[in-house]
Amino acid sequence: MNLSLTVRAAIVSIALLAAFLAVWHVATSGIGPVAQMDPEYAKLMGATATQGKSAMPGPGAVIGKIWSHLVNPFYDNGPNDKGVGIQLAYSLARVLFGYFLAVAVAIPVGFLIGMSPLMSKALDPFIQVLKPISPLAWMPLALYTIKDSSISSIFVIFICSVWPMLINTAFGVASVRREWLNVARTLEVSPVRRAFTIILPAAAPTILTGMRISIGIAWLVIVAAEMLVGGTGIGYFVWNEWNNLSITNVITAILLIGVVGMALDLILARLTHAVTYPE
Amino acid sequence: MSERFISLEAIARRYPAPGGGTTTVFENLWFSMGRGEFVCFIGHSGCGKTTVLNILAGLDSPSEGGVLVDGREIGGPALDRAVIFQSHALLPWRTVIGNVSYAVTSRHRAWTRIEVREHAQKFIDLVGLSGAEHKRPSELSGGMKQRVGIARALSIEPKIMLMDEPFSALDALTRGTLQDEVRRICQETGQTVFMITHDVDEAIYLADKIVLMTNGPDAKIAEIVLNPLPKDRRRNDIHRHPAFYPVRNHLIDFLVSRSRTFNDEIRAGRAWDPRHPPEVRPGETSAPVLVASRTAGAA
Repeated sequence: MNLSLTVRAAIVSIALLAAFLAVWHVATSGIGPVAQMDPEYAKLMGATATQGKSAMPGPGAVIGKIWSHLVNPFYDNGPNDKGVGIQLAYSLARVLFGYFLAVAVAIPVGFLIGMSPLMSKALDPFIQVLKPISPLAWMPLALYTIKDSSISSIFVIFICSVWPMLINTAFGVASVRREWLNVARTLEVSPVRRAFTIILPAAAPTILTGMRISIGIAWLVIVAAEMLVGGTGIGYFVWNEWNNLSITNVITAILLIGVVGMALDLILARLTHAVTYPE
Repeated sequence: MSERFISLEAIARRYPAPGGGTTTVFENLWFSMGRGEFVCFIGHSGCGKTTVLNILAGLDSPSEGGVLVDGREIGGPALDRAVIFQSHALLPWRTVIGNVSYAVTSRHRAWTRIEVREHAQKFIDLVGLSGAEHKRPSELSGGMKQRVGIARALSIEPKIMLMDEPFSALDALTRGTLQDEVRRICQETGQTVFMITHDVDEAIYLADKIVLMTNGPDAKIAEIVLNPLPKDRRRNDIHRHPAFYPVRNHLIDFLVSRSRTFNDEIRAGRAWDPRHPPEVRPGETSAPVLVASRTAGAA
């Protein structure tokens, strides 16, 4: 076989997917024990008891559900029945708002830490203590002080995405090659111009790597945060559908969260690639 | 020497030693050179030649003493002194012309984009890189990278070029070609050059004066060798000149043994004044003689 690695990998991927779907289909297609019961009672019990069917939906049901969401993603039938597109848009808006707030803080502060050994040492204990705190632990404090659930979840996104960017920016700035800084010194380049023309491009790959880690964490955290604060968003959607016992919708949402997370990561990967320079 | 275009006056450099106290790389070091001269510092690693260059560049400051360039004491790095780094130090995210233009815009802040481009292009052509303007440093060979470094240094039209073993990372063939180019450019433009090397042949081919430094710590300028070869020397027949081997042997003798034992020579009564190290011109007579010793005693 002279197929390229990509083609062969694609064949294996498709085979694995097909095997998974087949196992899933068989496992959920009604082979459990059937209890004999009064027809009136059977109506209350549902398909699991009467036909031995699993409560877990099969792949067909989930694919159908995904299709129905995709053809009509933006309907709005009131607070508890919004299209999955609207819910994702809410989550994305919160993530991006909190994330860009974190960029606006982390990159300048990271520059300061990276350029000043004094600030690096002085701020290090705070960063080391604050960094390992689960972002959700801030939620009660945020709700108490901000008194708005939506802004609180934005704050939680901010606090979880600020650390990787801060640390990577500081590291990238501190490890700019000495000789490049010397070039700027011998050319009498002003500090501001040096920051933008030498340090920023030199540290950009490291900074972007931090931003890529942060967007991943932010997207993980938003789901949990929205489960807590409720109202809107894909996290709330998952929790609401769990309360509705709609496992089909829960699985659909899980897949969509994965796809959106992948898209966010891909965008940052592209940006990182664009600023990376070969040496 | 009548003109002191560049003058190192009683400079010293000390570092804190690991076990307390200080290590003196060199102290009471005096040296001056004239406009348009090509000077090579030669010595073993650790003798402080790079420290001298960094002090001259303003990247390092002397613990004592001062440096005058064109009559003024220097206070740090400046555009009148261009450095060509051993590791070329090109900015890898910029193209060839981008790297040169960066220096040109730093020199001429008011220039328009087109003026900067034209000026940069002139120096890229000068070092023979026409056609490679839009390549990135990672796409260039070692020799081409160093050419960009030379073009960048020349483009700011400095009073002096400081070269820190610029060709030591290159293969012999490329090194030869680049030496020819540097020699041609310096002769055309009358550029003043201060270069560090430990390649004896490179020093003889390029320099007007070769400064011999003893081993550190506490390194000294032992002698200044005035190159006896004619100004119009050419690489292919330089070794046929009667003065070539005397001067080469003198340098090699120094590097092999005298750089180590020079302090013993002084202790044994050799006259040596740090303010006026003896100037020698090997090859003029059968043995190296002092021609310009300004010291009171005889050698």
